[in-house]
Amino acid sequence: MSVRITLRDKEFTIRPGMTVRDALKQVGIQPESVIPTRDGEAITDDEILRDGEHIRLIAVISGG
Amino acid sequence: MKCRKCGEKAVINMRQHKLALCRTHYLDWIPEQTQRFIEKYQMFGKDARIIVAVSGGKDSLALWDVLHRLGYQTTGLYIGLGINGDTDYSAKSQYLSESFAVENELELILVDVAEEAGATIPEASKLTQRGKGKPCSVCGLTKRYVMNRVAQERGYDVLVTGHNLDDEVAVLFGNTITWAVGYLARQGPVLEETSDGLIRKAKPFCRFYERETAAYALLRGIEYIYAECPYAEGATSIYYKELLNQIEDGRPGMKLSFYLSFLRAKNSGLFDQESTIAKSKLVKCRTCGQPTTAPDQCAYCRTWDAVRSRRDVA
Ligand code: SF4
Ligand SMILES: [Zn+2]
Ligand SMILES: [Zn+2]
Repeated sequence: MSVRITLRDKEFTIRPGMTVRDALKQVGIQPESVIPTRDGEAITDDEILRDGEHIRLIAVISGG
Repeated sequence: MKCRKCGEKAVINMRQHKLALCRTHYLDWIPEQTQRFIEKYQMFGKDARIIVAVSGGKDSLALWDVLHRLGYQTTGLYIGLGINGDTDYSAKSQYLSESFAVENELELILVDVAEEAGATIPEASKLTQRGKGKPCSVCGLTKRYVMNRVAQERGYDVLVTGHNLDDEVAVLFGNTITWAVGYLARQGPVLEETSDGLIRKAKPFCRFYERETAAYALLRGIEYIYAECPYAEGATSIYYKELLNQIEDGRPGMKLSFYLSFLRAKNSGLFDQESTIAKSKLVKCRTCGQPTTAPDQCAYCRTWDAVRSRRDVA
């Protein structure tokens, strides 16, 4: 039972059943700094993670 | 979570506004709000000739898209910096800016720094003391200069940039912890034109969080450069943004209120505008005629003259 979360070249494995927001906190990503997507569609961070899925995070911070 | 307007599934939740929206309503909301900010801060009217600084990133392309949809007359300005590295950063961002212009039948002005000034930004940064080997200082100087000169020479009324609220708050935070009063006095949604040669500047996205402009670009299907400039790594602005996001997480709306309360304080006279701004009287550069606070040559001409003379001996 696992969910794959990716952000640029980083990858995290999380157990399903928790919210996206809680998962982000668990792996140390600020929810404010990303947009979570599921199958290419943006989702809100109260969505519950489903077993076997891949959540791709779009980084929003740019700088310089 | 459901869209507040129609009850469909929301694609974004903005905690600072207690507002969740579906794709359709979000894509309406961003232009509506942009129009509201343009009016509130008296940025420009419907007949203004607008030049949009376009980098190929999410903010500038989203801004160009929104202004175009709102019916404004816009021309893009892309500045080729010659930063390629592993990700082909400049080449890709130029390609994406050009594709956007073509698809939307918009005019794009291209200025290539190497053609114009004789070296790419990374080459120039190796040939000048400015920035101590890091290209951001020469890069920022060159971009500001080219934007002002092109906008002015071609008779535009206003130069708009895609700065979002996170950009603004990072700068505000940096200037507050150092009490850089001169910079604070000048920061805001609009920078007025000056009689001595600085074009009017406006930032129509200055109240959107960075996450909102990114979501707009994503949901609108705008292709933007996702890779960062290779020199952005470790930038202070990114560090400040991360810090501010940590505070935002526990106090939704903090970034917005930091910015808005700063604007209110400024408007009620927190800074002595007259004396802080008057101190920097502008004169014409001996070489190029652009405005400068330096007595003789502007920083752009001085820096690039030095770069070219070192390049020629090398
Ligand atoms: S990160 Fe530095 S070098 Fe790169 S575009 Fe920004 S200012 Fe220029
Ligand atoms: Zn809706
Ligand atoms: Zn000059």
